[in-house]
Amino acid sequence: MGNIIEIKNLTKRFDKVLAVDNISFSVKQGEIFGFLGPNGAGKTTTLSMLATLLSPTKGKASVNGFDIEKQRDNVRHSIGMVFQDPTLDEELTAYENMDFHGRLYNVPKNERKKKIIELLQLVELDKKKNDLVKTFSGGMRRRLEIARGLLHEPKVLFLDEPTLGLDPQTRNKIWAHIKVLNKEKNVTIILTTHYMDEADKLCDRIAIIDNGKIVAINTSANLKNKIGGDIITIGTNEREKLLNILKKYKFCKSFKEHNSSLTINVEHAETRVAEIVKLADRNKITIHTLAINKPTLEDVFLYYTGKTIREEEATPEDNFKFRVRRMRR
Amino acid sequence: MTGAIYTLWLRSIKRFIRSKSRIIGSLAQPLFFLIILGFGLNSVMSLPGTGSYVKFMVPGIVSMTVMFSSIFSGIQIIWDKQFGFLKETLIAPVSRTSIMFGQTIGGATTALIQGTLTLILAMFVAGLTSFSLYGFLIAFVFMILIGLSFTALGIAIASKMEDMHGFQLIMNFLMFPLFFLSGALFPLSNAPIILKTIAHFNPLSYGVEGVRYGLLGTSEINPLLSFIVLVGFTVFIVILGGYFFKKVNA
Ligand SMILES: Nc1ncnc2c1ncn2[C@@H]1O[C@H](COP(=O)(O)OP(=O)(O)OP(=O)(O)O)[C@@H](O)[C@H]1O
Ligand SMILES: [Mg+2]
Repeated sequence: MGNIIEIKNLTKRFDKVLAVDNISFSVKQGEIFGFLGPNGAGKTTTLSMLATLLSPTKGKASVNGFDIEKQRDNVRHSIGMVFQDPTLDEELTAYENMDFHGRLYNVPKNERKKKIIELLQLVELDKKKNDLVKTFSGGMRRRLEIARGLLHEPKVLFLDEPTLGLDPQTRNKIWAHIKVLNKEKNVTIILTTHYMDEADKLCDRIAIIDNGKIVAINTSANLKNKIGGDIITIGTNEREKLLNILKKYKFCKSFKEHNSSLTINVEHAETRVAEIVKLADRNKITIHTLAINKPTLEDVFLYYTGKTIREEEATPEDNFKFRVRRMRR
Repeated sequence: MTGAIYTLWLRSIKRFIRSKSRIIGSLAQPLFFLIILGFGLNSVMSLPGTGSYVKFMVPGIVSMTVMFSSIFSGIQIIWDKQFGFLKETLIAPVSRTSIMFGQTIGGATTALIQGTLTLILAMFVAGLTSFSLYGFLIAFVFMILIGLSFTALGIAIASKMEDMHGFQLIMNFLMFPLFFLSGALFPLSNAPIILKTIAHFNPLSYGVEGVRYGLLGTSEINPLLSFIVLVGFTVFIVILGGYFFKKVNA
């Protein structure tokens, strides 16, 4: 099957920030494509350009064969989006928000009613369907936004951090539904998420973006293989010292330094741990924690961006709080 | 296109019906004006035609209600921007023009309902009991035009604003001057030449005069002229508002 999204040298500069820096890649029709990166990497900016909400500074892109600058109307007919930031009408009820969407997207009346109820059931808001959104909690709003985004089954669906802050059961249910949509209706899905396990399970391919640049793009399995071997994570206050010592040993293939830990890429880690501990001990370096893992997507993320996703997790919530505060002012 | 216009209109109406306290609040102000100013100045004002100042004020107060309510409706778009809802509308497969039309017609409809409620109460307060159905229709046509044009004006302004900070400025330097310099409160024929001149450049004057002709049967500006000017203004400002709205970033 062909490419439903083609991106060539796409660039976006805000006054001083180069948010998206000359990226090129394509997404195949029917793919579930994951877009991972630390806060401020440029994920939302990229999706906004593809969804015609922002004009690129430079470069080209097409969605469903339509140019995102010259054929905006056609692009908008091909897409749906669940935004990272809230976009509900708080003075309307849950049902009315859904209905508004269904009408704008020309979902026929009978089908509309039926699907709205089904989707509200999916996100467990059917009992609240006639309540005003302003009485909803953050998680309920999030669920409603997702349900609304799934109403019209577009060719390409952009999901920007859709499940952030939702409990695991709800997340599983929603992803199961999205998978069905992808398989049965052939909806191409582009998603960003901070849940690495989610991305790992769902995505056919993953792109990692950092500082506006694509630093890796492949299947999850291939990304992990590229790192190879095992990952030893050592928690210590003297990581620099430890690093300098271990650097001399060839069995340590590569290193990454983090706030309070050091990760080392090693073949057959089990046979090397004792040696590493001994070296640390001899040099009076205290080890607080030690763990051996097969590389996970998290390690891949770490490897390419130098940040753990956990360090990242807090911030979007903070952004959200900041937003709410700003709105209330 | 019509589907989208209807959808946006429906949303305006739903939000309007829900805001009962706001409806009552916005009825209080014009009635307050009418009672204090109208009865307070009734004895000292000399008027051509009707004679009663309170009656003279009714069309002005009704026009004011429609205008204020319309501009408020148009400016609502800034809230949509801040609450993010505008993104939901702008990303939908509908043209910006139809979104803008839907918003304009919705705002005008709610303004017209407010204006009508004010009209009924004001007629009662002022003891305006003689009127014709024909006259009412004329008044309504002018109220609709005021509603459409000033909602579009609100949208045009909102499209250029980032947040609600400038709102006070708009109240003080646009809405109140438009109202006070429109012949809503005093007859233009007796006014100093400078006021008269300014009023003739104020589109609301033609609205007030048109409504006045409909309700009282007399006016200082020829109703046909009022109609032509106001239609022209409406068309111009809807096009301008549509143009500005096309360039809005969510
Ligand atoms: N409207 C804007 N004006 C100025 N700078 C912006 C704007 N939107 C985004 N940026 C900047 O562009 C960069 C990329 O932001 P973007 O929202 O795309 O990041 P992201 O990858 O989605 O991050 P997150 O994980 O926090 O959602 C950031 O440095 C941000 O500050
Ligand atoms: Mg983002």
